[in-house]
Amino acid sequence: MTFSISQTLRRVMGRIFAATAGTVCVSALASPDLGQTVQQATNWTAIGMFIIFVGLTLFITKWAARRMQSTSDFYTAGGGISGFNNGLAIAGDFMSAASFLGISSMVFTKGYDGLLYSIGWLVGWPILLFLIAERLRNLGKYTFADVASFRLEQKPVRTMAAINALVVVSFYLIAQMVGAGQLIKLLFGLNYNVAVVIVGLLMMAYVMFGGMLATTWVQIIKAVMLLGGATFMAIMVLAHFHFNLDSMFSEAVRVYGEANHTDGSIIMGPGGLITNPVDAISLGMALMFGTTGLPHILMRFFTVGNAKEARKSVFVATGFIGYFYLLTFIIGFGAILFVAQNPRYLDVAKMAVTGKLELIGGGNMAAIHLAHAVGGDLFLGFISAVAFATILAVVAGLTLSGASAVSHDLYANVFRKGRTTEASEMRVSKIATLVQALLAMVLGVVFEKQNVAFMVGLAFAVAASANFPVLFLSMFWRGLTTRGAVIGGVLGLVSSVALICLTKAVWVETFHFGKTAPIPYTNPAMFSIVLSFASCGLFSVTDKSARAQREQARFDAQFVRSMTGIGASSPAKH
Amino acid sequence: MKALSDKNDQVQAILHHPQFQLLVHKKRRLSGLLSVLLIVLYFGFITLVAVAPQFMHQSLAGGTTTIAIPMGVSVIVIAFILCGIYVGRANGEFDRLTQALVDETTSTGETP
Repeated sequence: MTFSISQTLRRVMGRIFAATAGTVCVSALASPDLGQTVQQATNWTAIGMFIIFVGLTLFITKWAARRMQSTSDFYTAGGGISGFNNGLAIAGDFMSAASFLGISSMVFTKGYDGLLYSIGWLVGWPILLFLIAERLRNLGKYTFADVASFRLEQKPVRTMAAINALVVVSFYLIAQMVGAGQLIKLLFGLNYNVAVVIVGLLMMAYVMFGGMLATTWVQIIKAVMLLGGATFMAIMVLAHFHFNLDSMFSEAVRVYGEANHTDGSIIMGPGGLITNPVDAISLGMALMFGTTGLPHILMRFFTVGNAKEARKSVFVATGFIGYFYLLTFIIGFGAILFVAQNPRYLDVAKMAVTGKLELIGGGNMAAIHLAHAVGGDLFLGFISAVAFATILAVVAGLTLSGASAVSHDLYANVFRKGRTTEASEMRVSKIATLVQALLAMVLGVVFEKQNVAFMVGLAFAVAASANFPVLFLSMFWRGLTTRGAVIGGVLGLVSSVALICLTKAVWVETFHFGKTAPIPYTNPAMFSIVLSFASCGLFSVTDKSARAQREQARFDAQFVRSMTGIGASSPAKH
Repeated sequence: MKALSDKNDQVQAILHHPQFQLLVHKKRRLSGLLSVLLIVLYFGFITLVAVAPQFMHQSLAGGTTTIAIPMGVSVIVIAFILCGIYVGRANGEFDRLTQALVDETTSTGETP
């Protein structure tokens, strides 16, 4: 039944299995509650590697803290990050727990459909590069709300953009916190809630004391570790088949069929993820335009010196992200091959009840188990520490972006109308960081049982419907007015959230409001994106006020600056 | 935003500068073309997934590997190549045009 890997690994695994099998079986039987995952025996290798990572990142935070003197340092590391490093950090932001654990698990459970999500996530990057990146860099200073409100009235547009940013950040944060809780529970034998609190406290330390500089370097280190670890896993899987993809796929089809009692060939092509054209286009739009509306990603374009470096960073990021997605695809197939039939990794008690293939630690743990299968305890320790580091780095970036929406947009520009001091703005940003960290911990506990990839989907839908249309039109359409932007942005937010609440995943599976969902689509983002664009257009065209005319007249100056960079904020210290 | 309206003459000078118009034209053509290419490629792909999944399940070369695999991988690789084309031209040709324009207009138009 156990799939053989190599003689050496088998011996190692045999020893480990013998040592821990007792613990696993006993705790499996002792926890009949389906919501509870099985806690593993304490893995000192994983804990050791994690402590090394935390030590290193805290050291960096201390180094960054000495350099952090102004709000510009806090928000954008003073604009002094190189294009390549920023590209790595962007890739790091995108290679989140949802991407690594969620996508590889989706490939593990559904095969090819997992790749469809990756592709959707990737194709947003070229669009961001062709249409948004350099204009954004030339027009903004710290946040994308700077750009959206560039020639419009500050108070309403900034408020709307900041609130939309906070909503996106919150959804994304929930996904990351849930992933963190599950992972630490599995590895350290810690209580889920305790795990969530540890993540919350560490990210708070990075952001509060080290700002963007620490956050960026934490992200870069983790990106390199994750790419290295994932490459090793993929190579180990491929090497077992002498790098013959076809024989790997053949074996995976056979194993998948046996493990899931079905026709295994379904994993070799599109399955149940996308079944009608409306859902297909809608999912594509949410992923593609969602990428271009994520506040923590957009914020990264202000950490580089100029538009040239901004372009370079997208190119670098797209390369690393694309490579990483190809790796997760192989890792997912590797998990089918080496995890699906190994009783060591299966939650037998839960399988007896559900009749389906269930992994120890829950649905998102396929990649973690594969790490053990191909690299033993030591590599499991490494990859677990990396996965945890991933979550930490991503939540730090999200928190920083949320904090800047509160302190730079809402406090400094809306509440104080730009009349503020560095010291008071810094204080507000730190309070915002603290509050967000607390909120993230609470939300992480509340949303414990959700699939993390799905929660990120929520964030993308809102980013695509509420942020992207306003940002895009403000830069490309002279006609956009404050009235159009605010109504379009608000309708985009409300409609995208409302429509998602009406889908099966939320209405039926999360809130249990009924047996069938009010709308037949799984990805309703297309409707909210179109509604937002249409209302931006309609309420701008019909806006005949003097203010609207002034705003349209200011488009020329904005256009010249966006194309040439004349007047753009420079990396020099203020 | 006051600083911008103060420099309105400079803005108008740049807007009507033939070199600026050339830059805008070139940038628009390239970014528009590449965006359309990518959107057609991706939405074509995802629509095919939705309406003809069985088509994508057919074997590539008689083995287990289906044509869906190289199709999916190609979308990722082409997306990256398109990025490379854009960055290559924008960071070279377009930035040279921009720099020449900035040098010319700021030396004659703006007072420090």
